[in-house]
Amino acid sequence: MKKVIMGNHAVSYGVRLARAEVIAAYPITPQTQIVEELSEMCSDGRLKAKFVKVESEHSAMACCIGAASAGARAFTATSSQGLALMHELLHWASAARLPIVMTNVNRALGPGWNIWTEQTDSLAQRDTGWVQLYCEDNQEVLDSTLMAFRVAEAVRLPVMIVYDAFFLSHTYEPVDIPSQEDADALLPPRKLEKGTFMDIEDPRTFSNMTPPDYFMEMRFKLERAMRRAKDEFGRAAGEWKKLTGRDYAAIETYRCGDAETVLVAASTAVSTARVVVDSLRGKGRKVGLLKMRMFRPFPYREVVDVLRRTRKVAVLDRNISFGSGGIFATEIKAALSNVPGHPPVYGYIAGLGGRDITPGTIEEIFDRTDRNGVPDDPITWIGLKP
Amino acid sequence: MSRGVAETMGAGHRVEDELFLPGHLGCQGCGGALAMRMVLQAMGPKTMLVIPACCWAIIEGPFPYTGLKVPVLNVPFETAGAAAAGLRAALDAKGKTDIHVLAWAGDGGTYDIGLQSLSGAVERNDNILYVCYDNEAYMNTGVQRSGATPEGSWTTTTPVRTPKDRPKKNMIEILAAHRIPYAATATIAFPDDLAAKVHRAKEIRGARFLLIFAPCPTGWRMDSRYMITISRMAVDCNVFPLYEVFDGDRYHITVEPKGVPVREYFQMQGRFRHLGDREIEQAQKRVDFEWRRLLHKAMQEPFGM
Ligand SMILES: Cc1ncc(C[n+]2csc(CCOP(=O)(O)OP(=O)(O)O)c2C)c(N)n1
Ligand code: SF4
Repeated sequence: MKKVIMGNHAVSYGVRLARAEVIAAYPITPQTQIVEELSEMCSDGRLKAKFVKVESEHSAMACCIGAASAGARAFTATSSQGLALMHELLHWASAARLPIVMTNVNRALGPGWNIWTEQTDSLAQRDTGWVQLYCEDNQEVLDSTLMAFRVAEAVRLPVMIVYDAFFLSHTYEPVDIPSQEDADALLPPRKLEKGTFMDIEDPRTFSNMTPPDYFMEMRFKLERAMRRAKDEFGRAAGEWKKLTGRDYAAIETYRCGDAETVLVAASTAVSTARVVVDSLRGKGRKVGLLKMRMFRPFPYREVVDVLRRTRKVAVLDRNISFGSGGIFATEIKAALSNVPGHPPVYGYIAGLGGRDITPGTIEEIFDRTDRNGVPDDPITWIGLKP
Repeated sequence: MSRGVAETMGAGHRVEDELFLPGHLGCQGCGGALAMRMVLQAMGPKTMLVIPACCWAIIEGPFPYTGLKVPVLNVPFETAGAAAAGLRAALDAKGKTDIHVLAWAGDGGTYDIGLQSLSGAVERNDNILYVCYDNEAYMNTGVQRSGATPEGSWTTTTPVRTPKDRPKKNMIEILAAHRIPYAATATIAFPDDLAAKVHRAKEIRGARFLLIFAPCPTGWRMDSRYMITISRMAVDCNVFPLYEVFDGDRYHITVEPKGVPVREYFQMQGRFRHLGDREIEQAQKRVDFEWRRLLHKAMQEPFGM
């Protein structure tokens, strides 16, 4: 059934179809409609979940940790300051191997207060052991929410669904709402392996003091699970395609076949970039586009396979790691670094704090990349006012 | 009628029935360890524990061991209230409503860093029992002052030249102000009173809170053999009165104190050794005042009666 809904409500529909059992959340712009709609769903019985109206994001994640530890399917949603407040617990959730799913609507971190989109909030959490999936449109937001639970439970790791403030969160688009039958086929009830959850019949102590004798192996297993998450995503996407015809992969390429310059981007900027690629192709320019859907685990093989064949790589970052550069660019460089004769990587920062990334912005990036030699500076700022 | 300690721990009691296994890692004479033994005995095996960072995260034993015969979830320092609420929600969602959720935190995790998440859980009236074993400082990290450290006390962050200069927070009052269905104080020196309070708490739905006085010989600079004696004295000199509060308005004092001078209580502990007569008199005045105030509340007509 098609419905015209905002990105935030696409999440709520996804969470309902996923039959979440415990929801704990705290309001923050631009995430609020997700939890408002979920509150409605819980109150009118469309969703049989316990909704814990916590007093902070910190407690939202703590509550999800408690709930998921007892085997429940747990969900929360946040943005920016809220995500930053959760930081300690993000590490805890992954190392405790809890399949929590969270939506993070990208929003710049203050000061000054800014409610508009920027990816720094989620990317700053890249080392916390969460799978991260970036979405481009509302359909993808809904479908990713379902797949997130599936992947999370398959590898026992938390998954973060990420998308842009306002450009997606508050934008209405037609979305095909999957049937409950299809959702159930992709996502059966959470399977609970013995010894992995709080069970009165099998009393164990979880997350107690872990000496050096054991700790490293636990981290090794977490990393192994993280790598398996990519395959599990592939498996889930394959099944979802059979059920709905919609196709998802860790990365997507657009007109990269013979491209000499490939732009790497994520989230809504990808839609804009697609239009620019078409228009430049029309002018005979050999340009292509690589969309990063999965950021953690980082899809090294897939990224390298595409980029090694091109002459120049441009990366669009709507984020910054101060003193280093754009975070996607840094990771792309790392991915290519051991490939003999790899193409140079040009890092561009644009659109911080919700500034528009227009077709002009992206054209400028392609122009500079094609025209210029490899810049010394890892950052080239685009659209900076003098 | 609740069962007393004679039934739960006395004659006829078998070690195999204990939910707290032998060989814990607490110091000799740890009040917090004994408090757990008593509370679990009264809670029974259908209990799940939530433990934030505190001495108890050591006492329970390291991976891959477990020191308790009930499921235990360790959680970050400041999250006991919220994590317990989440665990409760999950159990309820799965229809396991007969399982008790017992959050177990130190005073630091309750009075200070965990106060917000506890307040949230109590304000929502989540169906959990929260126990704070109160050793009046951050012991796990080496005896630093907490919001529960009494005025005048030495700790490693309040050296004797500049001891703690603010009174202990009144945690029960904070919770009574939330209109919590049940809040009570207890100590291991009065095990029947403690067990009765746990049983009472078990029968009430919603948020319940127990503050257990838990001497720490290591941090209080005293001989471990006085652990029970000091617990009894704290009650008898009114430093730690035993009472309960229903719905934040009905106060009920459960043990009559003997009226021992505070000086005697102080003299047994190294953490108060630096105090002079003037400070001790001042402390006595404060204790007397608080006791009168409590009596007043206990005599007040309850709301809506
Ligand atoms: C966020 C955070 N800050 C600090 C610590 C370090 N820490 C662990 S336990 C503890 C003190 C615990 O004190 P309390 O709650 O009174 O329990 P006790 O150890 O006295 O039994 C501290 C400061 C931590 N684990 N997490
Ligand atoms: S330091 Fe104190 S509270 Fe901690 S285990 Fe030792 S006696 Fe118990």
